[in-house]
Amino acid sequence: MTEHQAQLRAEGRLDEPVQSQRGALDRRRKRGGRRRRDEHQMVPDATFTSYYGRPVVKASPWEADIPAYLFLGGLAAGSSLLGAGASLTDRPALRRAGRISALSAISLSFAALVHDLGRPSRFVNMLRVVKPTSPMSVGTWILTGYGPLAGIAGAAELLTPVAGRLPAGLRPPVRLLGRLAGPAGLGAAVVAPAVASYTAVLLTHTSTPTWSAARKHLPFVFVGSAAAASGGLGMLLAPVSEAGPARRLALGGALLELGVEHAMEASMGITAEPLHTGTGGALLRASKALTAFGAVGSLLGRRNRVAAAVSGAALVAGSACTRFGIFEAGQASARDPKYTVVPQRERVERGETSGA
Amino acid sequence: MPSLSGPLPDPAADAGWEQAQPRKGFFTDTSVCIGCKACEVACKEWNGVPDDGFNLLGSSYDNTGALSASTWRHVAFIEQPRTPAANTVSLGMPSTVKPGEAMSPDSATDFRWLMSSDVCKHCTHAGCLDVCPTGSLFRTEFGTVVVQDDICNGCGYCVPACPFGVIDRRIGEQGQKNVGIAQKCTLCYDRLGAGKTPACAQACPTESIPFGDLDELRERAAARVEALHAQGVESARLYGESPDDGVGGSGAFFLLLDQPEVYGLPPDPVVPTRDLPQMWRHAALAAAGLLAGAVAAFLGGRG
Repeated sequence: MTEHQAQLRAEGRLDEPVQSQRGALDRRRKRGGRRRRDEHQMVPDATFTSYYGRPVVKASPWEADIPAYLFLGGLAAGSSLLGAGASLTDRPALRRAGRISALSAISLSFAALVHDLGRPSRFVNMLRVVKPTSPMSVGTWILTGYGPLAGIAGAAELLTPVAGRLPAGLRPPVRLLGRLAGPAGLGAAVVAPAVASYTAVLLTHTSTPTWSAARKHLPFVFVGSAAAASGGLGMLLAPVSEAGPARRLALGGALLELGVEHAMEASMGITAEPLHTGTGGALLRASKALTAFGAVGSLLGRRNRVAAAVSGAALVAGSACTRFGIFEAGQASARDPKYTVVPQRERVERGETSGA
Repeated sequence: MPSLSGPLPDPAADAGWEQAQPRKGFFTDTSVCIGCKACEVACKEWNGVPDDGFNLLGSSYDNTGALSASTWRHVAFIEQPRTPAANTVSLGMPSTVKPGEAMSPDSATDFRWLMSSDVCKHCTHAGCLDVCPTGSLFRTEFGTVVVQDDICNGCGYCVPACPFGVIDRRIGEQGQKNVGIAQKCTLCYDRLGAGKTPACAQACPTESIPFGDLDELRERAAARVEALHAQGVESARLYGESPDDGVGGSGAFFLLLDQPEVYGLPPDPVVPTRDLPQMWRHAALAAAGLLAGAVAAFLGGRG
């Protein structure tokens, strides 16, 4: 070592040898406590090499817009299903709540999607192509079909009650809207499940380690979350006498979400770690608590309006926490080279691949 | 339907080009890289890429850090504890020691340099291209992958899709060149069209970045690895050259002297699209489940 290098190293400006070997799994034991079985006990402590600890893959440049969009899309989809079912089974208050919720949620989610673009004015470029390999392109076309249908049904619910107070010239269009609302609402309900589930592929079709490793389970977590959120909102907005389907949808969704998420975490190996640590971990713990609370409340809230509203609100909040939690965990997994390098190095060592 | 993964003899033809050119690429031979960064500079100059901040990162001579929207060539500097020097050959470089006099062990450096000029891999199956919802990213007639600046709307999906962390959305004041849209190496698409060599390869003083037809580069690379192995450099290996890897082989591939992750490269990159059919099936199943669940919620039970 030259004198100059020695000086630099003393000042901390010249790095120590670069191949830092870090215990990759040592943080794991801090979390989980007694409740959770340690699925990872069979995995030996991993060490890995990186370039100055810098990320290998890039985290998405997305901000809160995108998890908000995931949440609102799910909320809209489930609400459309409730609105259509209520319209077929003569539950006017639930129908109205479902259709207006769907319109509001999809409008906000669309705004979030456009706002997230680097060039919002170029949103229409999404409509240049139809690409099955791009979940965002597929989603754009799903929304292009779903948005107007949900919009007609929701607008009819908003305008029909005030039609008498509108100027005479506006009444015929509002009457037409009222007649279209039924078919449009049913159409929206047919497309709605795709709105709720495609957003999972939007995340899993990436090189972000935690999202990619969740690819088998995430669509089920997301539709469960959508059902829980929309059922919860129905419980919050509709009287208990009409809210039976909303309670059942919410309960089924909550159980699906909690069950599949448990299986998902168990299947992901080291990439499940960000689901338990940091911001993502905190959000997902909140999500599980709120969703479980809401699920229990949906059983107790069959008679009591207040209990129904409180548990409904908890389910909506739980769903939002799920989406933000999954989003944040994925971002954290991309920022730490460990989650990219360790699973890939293990694949190479096991001889499952020729490597690059 | 174009192919989603696996070996593919001609990506340009697969993308629909009727008069596809021979596939072009780089063979970045890091064993002769001297870390001069002429490639970084030439790339910036030719492509009008703005600065990426003037930072001292404290990571050897690397002050650019990583590939980004405004760094399309990135020279990595790695200082390692020196491995036994049994295989080195004296180049007769000038030194402070009189010819014939042995160097004292103390004066020998205690580490080795690894230098590598990283670049977009121009994958056979490119994650960025697959997920682009506007068609801004496209496959050129040379088999490379290029962003059309006037079409990208900055959705950012290509950024997490790339298994190598290459492409990024440019940050800066709105209104400045291409701020808010995805940017990466074009393999100098404009120069290729004029029959010229990309700027970085043209500028490289040690021919560490041979450019040319991919078939020919692969032959050269195989010969170079063989030669290095014969000289005792057992650690020499090719990265991104094999059409059997997770991205179907890269248009820009490398000769490395250590494991890929040492250079910040993923050891087993896989294009996410490989698993896309399975993902769509699961999503369809989940959607059907939601519809069935909603129907059941209305049919099943009282109230």
